[in-house]
Amino acid sequence: MPFRDHKHAFTYRKNVISTIIIGVTVILLLRLFVLQILDPSYKIFARSNYLRHVTDYPSRGLIYDRNGELLVYNEVHYDLMVIPGQLSEIDTLLFCDMLGISQETFESRILQARRHSRFRPSVFERQISKTTYAAFQEKLFRFPGFFVQPRNLRRYTYPMATHTFGYVGEVGPQVIGNDPYYRPGDYIGISGIERAYEKELRGQKGLRIRMVDVHNREIGSFQEGRYDTLAVAGKDLYTTLDASLQKYGEKLMHNKRGSIVAIEPATGEILTLVSAPAFDPGLLVGRQRTRNYRALQNDTLNPLFNRALMAQYPPGSVFKIVSTAIALQEGVIQPSTRHGCAGIYHTQGISIRCRDHPSPVDAITSIKHSCNTYASIIFQRTINQPHFSNIQESFSRWRDYVSSFGVGQIFGSDLSHELPGIIATADYYDRVYGTNGWRSQTILSLGIGQGELGVTPVQLANITAAIANRGHYYTPHLVGAIGHPDNRQDRFALANNIPIDPEHFETIAEAMRQVTNDGTASFSRIPDIPMAGKTGTVQNPHGENHSVFVAFAPVEDPQIAISVIIENAGYGSTWAAPLASLMIEKYLTGEVNRSWFEQRILDADFITANP
Amino acid sequence: MKRQFNIFHNVDKPVLLLYLLLVLIGWFNIYAADYLEGQAGFLNMSASHGRQFIWILISLATAAALLMIHTKFFSGFAWVIYGIALLMLGAVLLFGVEINATRAWFRIGGFAIQPSEFAKYATALALAAFVSNVRAKRTKPVHLFKALLVLVVPAIMVLLQNDVGTTLVFSAFSLALYREGYISGLWLFMAGLAIVLFILALLFNEFIIIGVLAGITILLIFFLRNKAGVAMRLIGLFVLLSVYVYSVDYAFEHLLEAHHKSRIEVLLHGAGDTQGVGYNLHQSKIAIGSGGLWGKGFLQGTQTQFNFIPEQTTDFIFCTVGEEWGFVGSSILIIIYLSLLLRLIALAERQKSAFSRVFGYAISSVLFFHFAINIGMTMGLVPVIGIPLPLISYGGSSLWAMTLMLFTFLKLDAERLEMT
Ligand SMILES: [Zn+2]
Repeated sequence: MPFRDHKHAFTYRKNVISTIIIGVTVILLLRLFVLQILDPSYKIFARSNYLRHVTDYPSRGLIYDRNGELLVYNEVHYDLMVIPGQLSEIDTLLFCDMLGISQETFESRILQARRHSRFRPSVFERQISKTTYAAFQEKLFRFPGFFVQPRNLRRYTYPMATHTFGYVGEVGPQVIGNDPYYRPGDYIGISGIERAYEKELRGQKGLRIRMVDVHNREIGSFQEGRYDTLAVAGKDLYTTLDASLQKYGEKLMHNKRGSIVAIEPATGEILTLVSAPAFDPGLLVGRQRTRNYRALQNDTLNPLFNRALMAQYPPGSVFKIVSTAIALQEGVIQPSTRHGCAGIYHTQGISIRCRDHPSPVDAITSIKHSCNTYASIIFQRTINQPHFSNIQESFSRWRDYVSSFGVGQIFGSDLSHELPGIIATADYYDRVYGTNGWRSQTILSLGIGQGELGVTPVQLANITAAIANRGHYYTPHLVGAIGHPDNRQDRFALANNIPIDPEHFETIAEAMRQVTNDGTASFSRIPDIPMAGKTGTVQNPHGENHSVFVAFAPVEDPQIAISVIIENAGYGSTWAAPLASLMIEKYLTGEVNRSWFEQRILDADFITANP
Repeated sequence: MKRQFNIFHNVDKPVLLLYLLLVLIGWFNIYAADYLEGQAGFLNMSASHGRQFIWILISLATAAALLMIHTKFFSGFAWVIYGIALLMLGAVLLFGVEINATRAWFRIGGFAIQPSEFAKYATALALAAFVSNVRAKRTKPVHLFKALLVLVVPAIMVLLQNDVGTTLVFSAFSLALYREGYISGLWLFMAGLAIVLFILALLFNEFIIIGVLAGITILLIFFLRNKAGVAMRLIGLFVLLSVYVYSVDYAFEHLLEAHHKSRIEVLLHGAGDTQGVGYNLHQSKIAIGSGGLWGKGFLQGTQTQFNFIPEQTTDFIFCTVGEEWGFVGSSILIIIYLSLLLRLIALAERQKSAFSRVFGYAISSVLFFHFAINIGMTMGLVPVIGIPLPLISYGGSSLWAMTLMLFTFLKLDAERLEMT
C-alpha cells in the first residue's frame, strides 16, 4: 500500500494489530455473553449434571480354620448416603416415614452432613434394614442427593475366638492422617487377626464415577469409566486354629477366668487360644458396636482383656521343668543326683516349705513330686558355680537360658497386643540390693517359679512345645496360609534353638510322663494316651490361688502342647490338669469318653465364688 | 544516582499492576479449582495452589532480579540464551519425562519444568536481536527466510515433543514480523484466509467449498473486469485455494493422529458426544454457562467443586472463573488482558531501539495468542489445544516464562532512552 514514509506504514500496521486484538476480544466477550446470559440450556445442564463418586468396597478376606472350615465371612449391608450439595425439594414426610425417624432428626442429620461436606457423601443412616433398602431402591428418584452404598459386615460361624479374630471398626482420624488409603467412614481391623492382617484382608477399594441426572438416576459412567478403578477382593486367611477344639475349650472355660493355649509343637501353629471370660464376636459388629463395646469395657470381669497373650503370671512349680533342665545342662546335677527332703528347706535364714512326699528324690522324681527343696538346692548350685567371678555373671547366664525359651520378649509373629512377660535382670537386683549385695538365697524364689518372674499363657505353652521338641520351638502363630491353603507363610518355618542338649529334655519329658502317670497329675491320666505334664499352683495374694497345668502328648510323638490356667481355682492338679487332659483327648481322638470327668469341669464355677 | 537504589524507577506502573492482578486472580482460581473440603489450609504443598504459591515467589524474585540486570545484557546475550533454550529442548527429548503423551518435562524434586515455555522467551529475544541487526532499508526475502528460521527451529523441536499446542504458539511471532514489514498485509490476510478455509474444509465437503470459491471468483472477475490482469490473478488464486482445501481434507483424513482428529471433530461437529472426547468441552461450557451474570461465588461452583472438568487448574482454569465469577468477573478478566496487551503495544511503539520494539511486539503476540486460544477453546470457539492461560493457569514454567518476558520488556522500557 502506498505510504508517504516508513513512519506511516508502521502506524498503519500498529493499528491493524490493535484492531485484531480488540476484534478478537470482542468476539470472546460476545461468546461469553451468549453462554452465560442468553443461552439458558447450560444452567439446566448444570443442575441435572452430577457426578457421584461411588466407592466399591471389596469383600474382606474370609477366615478359615486349619481344616478349611469357614469361621468368619461377610454379609452385605446398606448405608444410606447423602450429598448435601445435591439435595433438592423432597417429600421429607414420606422420607422420614420410610426410615422411621422424626422431622427433627432429619434436619439435624442433614445439618451435620452439610458441616462435614457439601460435595462429598456422608452417611445419613447406617445399615438400613433389607425392607427399608428395597423400599428406597424404588423411590430413590424422588430423593435427589440420597443414594445407597453397599458395605460388608463381618459374620461368624461360631460365637468364639473373639480375641483371636479381633474386630473391625471405622478408621479414626489418626489413621486417616497417616495413611492416604483410608477415608472417613472406611473400616479397618482394630485388633486380633483383623488388625495383624489388615493389608491382606482389606483388598483394594475401587472407585466408580457415575453421572447422575436430575431425577437421581445414574445415567452412565463418567468418561466411559476412564477414571474408574476396580475393587480387588481381600485375601482369605487360613488360620492354624482347630475350630472344634477352640469351641470345646471355650465350652470348658465357661464360668471360669483364665486361658487355654494349645500349640502344634512341630510347627508352632496355635491350635486353640482361649481367653475367658469371652463374648460373642458379633457384638462388635454393626450399629450396636459402640454401645456393646462400652458395656464390655464396664464389665468387672474384663472380657476385653486377652488373658492368653496379656496376662503375666509367676509360673510357680511348672517352672521347675525349665530350671531343672538348666541345672542338668550346667552339669551341677546328674539325673541321678539325689537329695533328701524333710518337708522344708532352710538356708541362711530363709525357709521354703515343701509337701509330704517320698524322700530322697532325684532329678526325675523331684519333678514328679514337685519337690521345692530339690528345686531350691539345684537353683542355688546353678547360681553359686565357682567358675563364675560374680553373681551378676552367673545369674545372667541362667537368665539367658530362661530367655531362650521365649520368656521376657514378645514373639512378634501375628499375635496382636501380646505382652513380653517379666524376667528381672542382674542390674535390677544390683539396683535393689546394691552391687553384688545379693546372693543365690536372695533370689531363691525364682527357683520355684515365684518372685520377679512373669510368664504369659502363650509363653507357657511354647515352653512346653520346646520340651516336646526336645530343645527347639517354632514361633507360635495364628495364620498358616494367605490367599490359598497351599500358599504357606514361610516366615515361621525357622526353628528357635535352646542351648540345652536333647538328652536333658529326655530326662524332663520322662519326669513329666511320670507326673501324669503316678505323680501329682495321675488323676488326669488319659487311657491309652501317654501324656507328659507338670502341675503348678500360682500364689495369688488377692484371693484363691491359680490352677496351672502344662502338658504335651503323646510323649514320644508330640502332636499337641498345651497350657491351662484357671484363676482362683486352687491346685493345678485338681482343675487345670483335668481340663488339659480333656483338650488333649478331644484333639487326639476327636471325642471325649470320660463324660463324668467332663461334666465335673463343665459344672465348675469359679466366677460366682470369686467375683 | 537515586535510581540505583530504586529498581522500580521508570518501570511502567500500569503493566506492573496488571501483572500482579492477574497472578493474584490466577492463584485464587487455582485454589478454588483444586479445593477439597477438609484439606489443610491455603498453603498446602501437596496441592496445586500450594506449589503455585512457591512459583509465584520464585517469579517475583526473578522479576526483581531482571530489573537489576544491565539493559545491554538482553541484546548482548540474546543468542546465547537462544542457544541454551535449544540445548534444553534437545535434552528434554532425550532425558525428559512423559506426561499426557507429551515428552516436554524435566522433573526436579516435586516440580516439573517445561523448557518449551522458556524457549518462547528465548525466541522472542533472538528474533529481536536478528531484526535489530538487519541494516537494510528494505527487507529482502532472504531476511524473512532467516527470521522464520529463528522461529521454526525451536517450533520443530517442540513439535517433536508431541506438543502441538505450544508449537502453534510460535506462529504468533508472525504478528511481530508483520509490524516490522517482513510480512505484508496481504500475506497476513492470506494466512487468516488459510485458517478460515482450513476450518471450513473440515466442516463441509471440500467440493462444496471449491464450488463456492469458484462462484466468488467469477463474481469478482465480473466486477473487476475493467482492471487489467485481474482475471488471471484471481483464477490463479482460485486454483491455489482449491488445491489447499483439498489437501487439508486429505491431510485430516490420512495424516493426523487420532486424538488431534477427534479434538477437532468435537469442535466442528458440536459436542454431540458428551461422554467421550467432547466431554471436556461440554463440561467446560456447562461450567461457564451456569455462571450467569454474577457467578456462584468463590468455592461455590458446583461444576468446579464436583471436579467435572479434568485439567481444571491448568488449561481449563477459565471454567472456574466463568462459573464462580460469572459474566461480570470473566469480562473484567478479559478486559484486564486487553488493557495489558494494548499497553504493551503502546510501550513497544515508544521504544527508540529496534531490539526493544521487536521484543515488545514478540511477547505481546505470544500473550495474545495464549489468551485468545485458551479462552476461545474453553468456550468452544477454537479446537482444544492444550495451552495455558498466561499468569492464571497452574504451572510454574508458564508463569515463570511469562514473568521473564514481561519484566525483561519492562526493564528495556525503563531504560529506553539508553538503548539506541
Ligand atoms: Zn520336697
